[in-house]
Amino acid sequence: MSKADVVFAILCAAATLYATFGGADFGAGVWQLLAGREAPERRERIDTRIAHSLGPVWEANHVWLIFALVVLWTGFPDAFAPIMQTLYLPLALAAVGIVLRGSGFAFGHVFSEVAGRRANDVFAASSLITPFFMGCVVGAIAGGDVEAGGSGSALGWIGPLPLLVGVLFVASCTYVAAVFLLDDCRRAGDAELEPYFKRRAVGAAIVAGVLAVAGLIVLRIEARAVFDGLLGEGLPLLTASACFGGATLLGLVRGWSRALRPLAIGAFVTVIAGYAVAQYPYLLPETLTIDDAAGVEPTLTALIVVFFVFLAVVGPSLALLFRLAQKQVLE
Amino acid sequence: MAGSLPIADNLLAARQLMAFTLGFHIILACIGVALPAMMLVAEYRGRKHGDEVALDLAKLWSKAAAVLFAVGAVTGTVLSFEMGLLWPRFMERWGDVFGTGFAIEGVFFFIEAIFIAIYIYGWKRVSGWAHFWSGVPIVISGIGGAFSVVAVNSWMNQPQGFRLDAAGNVVDSDPLGALFNSATTYEFPHMLLAAYMVVGFGLASIYAIGMLRHPERRRHRHYRLGLLIPLTVAAIVTPIQLYVGDVAARGIAEDQPSKFAAMECIDETGPNQTEWIGGICTDDGVKYGIGIPGLDSFLVGFSTDTVVTGLDQIPDDQEPPANTLLHLAFDAMVGIGTALMGLAAWLAFVWWRRRDIPETKWFLRAVAVSGIGAVIALESGWIVTEVGRQPWIVYQQMRTSEAVTDAGGLWFAFGGAVLLYAALGFFAVVALRRVFRDADAEAGGEGPDADLPYGPPPQPASSGGTR
Repeated sequence: MSKADVVFAILCAAATLYATFGGADFGAGVWQLLAGREAPERRERIDTRIAHSLGPVWEANHVWLIFALVVLWTGFPDAFAPIMQTLYLPLALAAVGIVLRGSGFAFGHVFSEVAGRRANDVFAASSLITPFFMGCVVGAIAGGDVEAGGSGSALGWIGPLPLLVGVLFVASCTYVAAVFLLDDCRRAGDAELEPYFKRRAVGAAIVAGVLAVAGLIVLRIEARAVFDGLLGEGLPLLTASACFGGATLLGLVRGWSRALRPLAIGAFVTVIAGYAVAQYPYLLPETLTIDDAAGVEPTLTALIVVFFVFLAVVGPSLALLFRLAQKQVLE
Repeated sequence: MAGSLPIADNLLAARQLMAFTLGFHIILACIGVALPAMMLVAEYRGRKHGDEVALDLAKLWSKAAAVLFAVGAVTGTVLSFEMGLLWPRFMERWGDVFGTGFAIEGVFFFIEAIFIAIYIYGWKRVSGWAHFWSGVPIVISGIGGAFSVVAVNSWMNQPQGFRLDAAGNVVDSDPLGALFNSATTYEFPHMLLAAYMVVGFGLASIYAIGMLRHPERRRHRHYRLGLLIPLTVAAIVTPIQLYVGDVAARGIAEDQPSKFAAMECIDETGPNQTEWIGGICTDDGVKYGIGIPGLDSFLVGFSTDTVVTGLDQIPDDQEPPANTLLHLAFDAMVGIGTALMGLAAWLAFVWWRRRDIPETKWFLRAVAVSGIGAVIALESGWIVTEVGRQPWIVYQQMRTSEAVTDAGGLWFAFGGAVLLYAALGFFAVVALRRVFRDADAEAGGEGPDADLPYGPPPQPASSGGTR
């Protein structure tokens, strides 16, 4: 395993954590949007629950994205540049979604006073934007739309695979958000909303599962090498993800409580790891390998050192934050 | 010509977009760096002396921080995207040289985001001194974050810590050498102190405006303390800043002669250079400015004999654009800094004599405009450092025109960003007004404090009091 591989693993870890925890924050926004048809009191209740759940943690969750971006451009500058140059449209749109979503957190109740209830919906709607376009970016990279050195077509990402992965990302975010919110309701003793999010978690799990299978089929057509990798070296992880997903679904139906959150996270972690293994040794299939994209050696060493400092410092702090949040100490 | 036009157009659009979004974010970054310190000073006072008013202020400021940190988090993210979206060639070639600073910043940003959440959401259930201590990592990570980000900017001004092969490709890097380049030593303290000045004067100005509008509040402890805590911090920081700024200017004269010549309007290299205050830079020297003969040379080398490099030594295609803009921006920064120093001295003198805030309305008026003044000085400083480095994105290594993207539609992106950020700014101001009005309603509800037994009753809260 080269130093570049280690940095790639760090990149994947950061991306996974953003997809899971940042994704759950966006997914919660989608649920807020979908709650628009509920009776006003219930809608109020849902908004409050989501604000309460996300308020303390969303910013920390968001930092995973920054960290992933920084590791990408520092560790793999030769991959970062073509990705940004080719996929600037979906990336810029994802950034707009981030701005809107963050502002929604920042001044949620101000919006509803100044601009009326609808403003909140606009900001909840922004939760669809970022996961979708991030999915497009990942799909376009998997499909080989981004080529080493060159800047491919600006609209190359508008194709079956990127768009499908985009929708899959949205569904996955809503799924993990519903599981997290269900868990938060249980901890807060909110018996009214528990079944509400439970039903939605089951629905989202099924939709995400169907989309994942559809994604595999399109992947086979559009990016055969990645598909083969996924069913080759990636198969154990893919299977594990399916098992985690299945177990979460079973747990939802059976009314498990504590296991749900870890199971849902497990499904995410394993599928992303499986994808990384499938793509290996390419960073941009099939034109740029991890080693070729990597920056100079001393920088890779520095990144690895920073990551270990990061683990030692941020790990316990993050654990403290989540613990306090889940114990309802933060309000 | 026809072929080069889109790139030239892209360059301008990309620079405008970067300047606009960075200029917006830098204010929020200052708040992120320095506001936590103000909160902690207030909370320390509150806990140590059982001062309820100070605790209320800490709570109130943390509410404002909650709003502004969120906005800062997203505008900072936009900048991360823009690094790649606007300057892909810059990132491709140099990302692995300067990137370590950003990775370290990631660690600090995490710590900041985690503990600000514990601090803001922990007022009710995290008790006593534990709550105070939960704020300490925010202050430290603010300083560390400022260091690592400014170190990258310093690196663009003084690129060090790498080795190139004959073809100009980076073949080796020294991450620590890049991080601690020679410009970091003056840029980082300059920016850190600027953040404390912006927040100190800015926060104090809110209370000064309140006191001017409602004279009965001048004896009200909530407002007096709200004015005094940030203003004291700013007053301590300002003289240090003048010293650091002076060191920085000499550093720039040494490290980046083209920037220095442009900001000081020096055409011909030589000793005995005139220091120009204000004026327009032309090919025939400075017009309409006040010139102090020999002072510029003296400031650079403590002797009027000091030779200062002029623009005549800089190749035409390496000269910074817009000399007058640079010169006036530099003068604005220095002038405002000096005026703020005067304000700090005024407060210090009266406090020393009478243990009180100066009584005249003119003092409150000066404090009221000091916040916006500090922001103008901040932006002017960034104009000097960024426009002054042009045409380079990496000083003498890569031109900004070589770094820019060839993607289309940048002017649309610029227009979109202006609209989006205008909305962001509008809502942020509305949210802040609400936070402070709610606090006014609460503080007003207790009535004026003991040392004002008579006087007009406090204004009833207009709209903020009800939810």
